[in-house]
Amino acid sequence: MNPYELTIAQASGQLAAGSLSSRELTQSCLDRIEAVDDKVKAFLVVTPEQALVQADEADTIRARGDAQPLCGIPLSMKDLLCTKGIVTTCGSRMLEHFVPPYDATVVEKLKGQGAVILGKVAMDEFAMGSTSENCAFRVPENPWKLGFVSGGSSGGSAASVAALECPGSLGSDTGGSIRQPASLCGIVGIKPTYGLVSRYGLVAFASSLDQVGPLTRDVTDCALMLNAISGYDPKDSTSVRQEVPDFSSSLTKGLQGVRVGVPREYFGEGLDPEVREVVTHGIEVLRDAGAEIIEVSLPRTDYCVAVYYLIATAEASSNLARYDGVSYGFRDLEVKTLMEMYKETRSQGFGAEVKRRILIGTYALSAGYYDAYYKKASQVRTLILGDFNRAFEQCDVLISPVVPTPAWKLGEKTENPLAMYLSDVLTISANLAGIPGISVPGGFSRDGLPIGIQLQGAHFREDSLFKVAYNLEQGLNLPPQRPGIA
Amino acid sequence: MKITKEEVERVAHLARLNLSAQELETITGQLDTILSYVAKLDELDTAGVQAMTHAFSVSNAFREDRVTDSLARQEALANGPCQNGEAFVVPRII
Repeated sequence: MNPYELTIAQASGQLAAGSLSSRELTQSCLDRIEAVDDKVKAFLVVTPEQALVQADEADTIRARGDAQPLCGIPLSMKDLLCTKGIVTTCGSRMLEHFVPPYDATVVEKLKGQGAVILGKVAMDEFAMGSTSENCAFRVPENPWKLGFVSGGSSGGSAASVAALECPGSLGSDTGGSIRQPASLCGIVGIKPTYGLVSRYGLVAFASSLDQVGPLTRDVTDCALMLNAISGYDPKDSTSVRQEVPDFSSSLTKGLQGVRVGVPREYFGEGLDPEVREVVTHGIEVLRDAGAEIIEVSLPRTDYCVAVYYLIATAEASSNLARYDGVSYGFRDLEVKTLMEMYKETRSQGFGAEVKRRILIGTYALSAGYYDAYYKKASQVRTLILGDFNRAFEQCDVLISPVVPTPAWKLGEKTENPLAMYLSDVLTISANLAGIPGISVPGGFSRDGLPIGIQLQGAHFREDSLFKVAYNLEQGLNLPPQRPGIA
Repeated sequence: MKITKEEVERVAHLARLNLSAQELETITGQLDTILSYVAKLDELDTAGVQAMTHAFSVSNAFREDRVTDSLARQEALANGPCQNGEAFVVPRII
């Protein structure tokens, strides 16, 4: 087996045993990127020199014998996580030349464990999109079927992991942006509870919804990466001061005493029959593992997209006000007045989807409309949270599809923003309620496209999520398959 | 119609965006579709429902008021699209 094919846990084992060096592993991933990234288009920037220096440092730490699990493991970073000295574009012309003077806390934590950063991966501009087609620089393709979307907004993260360019990546999830691409690319991705992971150094989109999380090839690796990045950060006042459990200890077989809820609203009209089949099989696998299966209801599911596209856009319109052409980012240097500097900078620097969302958000917050839109949406958000709290009185974990369909062709939904928004219907509610959600590979469509299964849990119950996810993965026991690229 | 071209122009000014005639045309139509869709929230009675501000109960996050290291001036200025080594430079304000 080539080193680049190893999972994090496998590679970590070989690094610990001394049968593999981080330099060999990192070089293997860099060679893989060189071989396939022309087709996959996941990476915006590859940093081979820095990566090999970090790999050598990791090998030194390993030789001393006090290495942590991610020491020497090469990873990719979604391009909205600040990386000191490495350009961080957020997929936008606005930040095309932005070189952060500091690392995001999650990047610092990974580096602190000795992880190797291979480069930065593509995403929808400012994380606004469901296919990564809003990236200003290059659009990743689905490694399982080129010409099909990798999902979004963490499409580059998912494509890089699925294409075996790296065993893991960090993404961010505001309405499904980790779980949806993970599902479409056949890998694992978790959106942690709001407040579990620091967002310091994450370029802000919608601050009451954004979370950072890992994308990996299996559940074991996902737990390892989440262990490494979780915990209170004094630099992020929304991160929560509490003990973080070892998520790897949840990976045990058997679901006796675990109640799994099936929310009936997630299986309604518009669900692709093949997706339904895969999730139904997943439910049977959990039953066989000892779980009790119960039907539950989340009655406001149908309102989640509407709430999301008011709250997320309102917050974005405020967060993105900082791109004024003054202290960093693009500026139109030709104009003579301050007002035109603001307007031309923003009009030239932002792409169409970002402008659209800023306009919706500004409208929803503007005088005379605030009560009808933003306040109304925030009230319905309370009702949605209440639905989840009631469901979690009846069950420990919810099982559902992640996306109503497998991946679609690039370009298929770009003309109709609302149709694109509606593809996020099953993932958005976890962000609104602040609860954790994970996507686990469930199977394949007859066309060979991956289909994921979503599990959602109560606040800070990632332990339950990992336990059920692990049993799902073990029970499904999908035959090892590799995407057909090179 | 949920929104008119004039309203979109007003909002674009608030958001400090210039829209071309073509953009204005397209975006007005798209915003109208999206706002018509979100109007479905009116089906729900929210009288007396608290607006949600946070997913779970949190109290203020205070910290000690201590001086810590901050970015050196040159580092802070490094990404400025127009700066003179001491400050960011912008068009005349007054």
